[in-house]
Amino acid sequence: MARVGVFICHCGENIGRSVDCAAVAAAAAKMPGVVVGVDYKYMCSDPGQQMIKQAIQEKKLTGVIVGACSPRMHETTFRRAAAEAGLNPYLLEMANLREHCSWVHQDREAATAKAIDLVRVMVEKVKRNRRLFPIRVPVEPTALVIGGGIAGIQAALDIANGGKKVILVEKSPSLGGHMARLSETFPTLDCSQCILTPRMVEAASHPNITLMTYCEVEAVEGFVGNFDVTVRKKARFVDPTKCTGCGSCYQKCPAKKIPSEFDARLGNRTAIYTPFPQAVPNKPVIDAEHCIMLTKGKCGACAKVCPRGAINYKDQDEHVKIKVGAIVLATGFELWDHSAYGEYGAGRLKDVIDGFQFERLASASGPTGGEIRRPSDGTAPQTVVFIKCCGSRDEKIGKSYCSKICCMYIAKHAMLYKHKVHGGRAVVFYMDIRAAGKGYDEFVRRAIEEDGVEYVRGRVSRVYRRADGKLIVRGADTLAGQPVTIEADMVVLADAIVPRQGAESLAQMLGVAYDTNGFYSEAHPKLRPVETATAGVFLAGACQAPKDIPDTVAQAGAAAAKVLGLFANPELEREPVVARVNQVTCVHCRACINACPYHAIEDFDITDSKGNVLRTVARVNEGLCQGCGTCVAVCRSNSIDLDGFTDEQIYAEIETLE
Amino acid sequence: MTLIGYYPGCSLHGTGRELDQSIRALSEVAGVELKEIEDWNCCGATAAHCLSHDLAVALPYRCLALAEQQGMKEVLAPCAACFSRLKGTAVRLERSAELMARMKELTGHDFHGGVKLLNIIEYINFLLAHGLKEKLNPALTGLKVAPYYGCLLARGEDVITDNAEHPTGMEAAIRATGAEPVEWNFAVECCGGGFSMSKTEAVLDLSHAILADAEAAGAQLIVAGCPMCHSNLDMRQQTINAAGMGNHDLPILYLSELVGLAAGLDPARLGLDRHFVDAMRLAPGRA
Repeated sequence: MARVGVFICHCGENIGRSVDCAAVAAAAAKMPGVVVGVDYKYMCSDPGQQMIKQAIQEKKLTGVIVGACSPRMHETTFRRAAAEAGLNPYLLEMANLREHCSWVHQDREAATAKAIDLVRVMVEKVKRNRRLFPIRVPVEPTALVIGGGIAGIQAALDIANGGKKVILVEKSPSLGGHMARLSETFPTLDCSQCILTPRMVEAASHPNITLMTYCEVEAVEGFVGNFDVTVRKKARFVDPTKCTGCGSCYQKCPAKKIPSEFDARLGNRTAIYTPFPQAVPNKPVIDAEHCIMLTKGKCGACAKVCPRGAINYKDQDEHVKIKVGAIVLATGFELWDHSAYGEYGAGRLKDVIDGFQFERLASASGPTGGEIRRPSDGTAPQTVVFIKCCGSRDEKIGKSYCSKICCMYIAKHAMLYKHKVHGGRAVVFYMDIRAAGKGYDEFVRRAIEEDGVEYVRGRVSRVYRRADGKLIVRGADTLAGQPVTIEADMVVLADAIVPRQGAESLAQMLGVAYDTNGFYSEAHPKLRPVETATAGVFLAGACQAPKDIPDTVAQAGAAAAKVLGLFANPELEREPVVARVNQVTCVHCRACINACPYHAIEDFDITDSKGNVLRTVARVNEGLCQGCGTCVAVCRSNSIDLDGFTDEQIYAEIETLE
Repeated sequence: MTLIGYYPGCSLHGTGRELDQSIRALSEVAGVELKEIEDWNCCGATAAHCLSHDLAVALPYRCLALAEQQGMKEVLAPCAACFSRLKGTAVRLERSAELMARMKELTGHDFHGGVKLLNIIEYINFLLAHGLKEKLNPALTGLKVAPYYGCLLARGEDVITDNAEHPTGMEAAIRATGAEPVEWNFAVECCGGGFSMSKTEAVLDLSHAILADAEAAGAQLIVAGCPMCHSNLDMRQQTINAAGMGNHDLPILYLSELVGLAAGLDPARLGLDRHFVDAMRLAPGRA
């Protein structure tokens, strides 16, 4: 016989204002199976919780309803209290009288009637609840970090320093990511390489970090605490155990005219190469697409000069399997392709460059040694126009979102230009200046006031090249209310920040959600900003949204803290709200297996004592199941139920409303 | 023989007569019969679209309805402004059943959206793809041409399929004649348009800039598709020179005239003798 206790919370005035809580409690007390019905100002406070605990013990309650806020807010609080009083926590349910009732209604009488209905529904449900126990899964205390930019490096270091093992996978031949390509960083103008490269070395030499550069994640299976990951080690054609990084090979390589990805195609590299001199590991790889030996079968210059015999033209891709307990996605961003803008030259004008190209021109390690030279003829540009929001905040051609970092890096670019080309003119076209951040607005003011960068509020309608090589920039000055034309020598476009190519397929592999722009979705935009909806997969850096370095480092640290929290216990406790298959009635149609978004349902053979397979049925992997209920809906033989949300419970809830 | 509906509009019966002549001559060579919409009226490009929203839609609506009633599946509107009005109206009607109903009531004509509209570039590319290309001779090989779109052949969401800021539709047709499209900057700049009469100085400035950029890019002529652009660039050249802005002598051809020359048609039949800036010199064998 059910003995249910109903506890109605006023939530201060939040519920009490439009719901007569005492009347709800009194009505509840008369419901079949209810033995206690009381109301209280703040049920979540210590006296409120004591009231519940006392009733559980004194009235020997078999179920509890707390009519209060959303279960997202305080279900855990009240269930803990129930457990302390000796009641299985899954026998406590909440009726949401705040978000679902008092906050959205003004009519006190009707709201009170609705609140009574909401309570009645939950009473009918809780009578059919059964005791559930947390699911325990073992945890493999090794983390996989995907992406070796500043986000991945920071996350890996923080996890490793917390005493856990990390495998850091990077698809290019070196750690460093985009940050290694930057000249100086806002808002302090410290040299990007100087602050990054020591961290790259630290990551590479950390005893807890296994570095896998020139590798890509090919497949991910398993679930939180127990991921099975297949990593493809791309053929390097250089044996890293023999190579000392002396560099003889790339000095002798005859294929020298390959546009360097690192230098944003403004410089060249050889076919056997390290992306940049400070690369970690400082061991070259051969780019098979451009190597003369690998494409035409003759050359062999690098093998001849290598003093260690490290070159192996027969090297092949290799697949390795690793087991990890958590995954941090740190796949970063790239720049949107501005060739969609016909009015800015459709990508055909050599002296219309993107932000990374400017970074490389301004960088001491860049193709011009840090001197600002325009690509077409190598002269120092006397007038440079910077165009912000190229593809950002432009739903028509580009992206609807603000790319967040451009206002700052354009101010930095303009400032660096003014420092390097004395007497040069820098003009910035902007829609808004969004410089929210510590020291950020001061930085922009410094560019304008101390360095004399001209800021023009308005859009540029056209950039074209006059016969004498000048770039004519025509736009609007919307503050002055007149058109402006500037004769420039170089134009820098602040292209929108977009996720890395391939980010979507990686997300699909992991079952991680992404938004319409391809950025990975966090589990909750405010309260769970580094978790994904897939347990055990965390986010760091610009793969989630455009981000600057400080925010990226902070998020990477937060992701590391989540991983360390997950690894703190050898076993993982999970909410027991999972699907369960009735093996007697399952006809093995596999509809649920195909429908499950988490790949949590598998084939299971029922065998006799001799091991002969009698029947095959579907079985839910409790570690993977997220309790979404999709399988319940598609099951044709009605053989699946969701613990805590069974069909019987749902129907009882609906029926009592009549 | 392919049959295509034809909407000449006022220009092709007036200032843009050579566009009409060259389009008809070219169609004949390509084996396409152009059938003029019977009882067509003004497209509304004049004052109607500034003065009355309903009238601006009702005028082209009536033409579209007549074309549909007369069994035309495709209608060519060579004038860029007519095309913009007709196709713009068709797009709006497609999006709004309510507008369609109101127009039916207003004009007393039924229309079901079954007419596809072609502009001059689309039409010529269609002819080239359906056998005209094989009939062209290489007489124009090496001629440097600046393809000029102006506003109405490049812009209008869902009206023009080409890239608004960097259109390329004319280039294929120019290449088919053996001529070479030059890389230039002013292909979609404004010629001054309807200010031809009311603010002629503005037209002189704007058209001068277009002519100068084409010359700087090494073009020997400009190819246009719009009668308004054509008259601004061709007819105003003398005035521009007289105002001391430049010393231009650049023939302005319609795309249909250029392709007509490559098809071996008589220059006078194409209307090349009707231009202000001598265009007859471009006829093969006369240079």
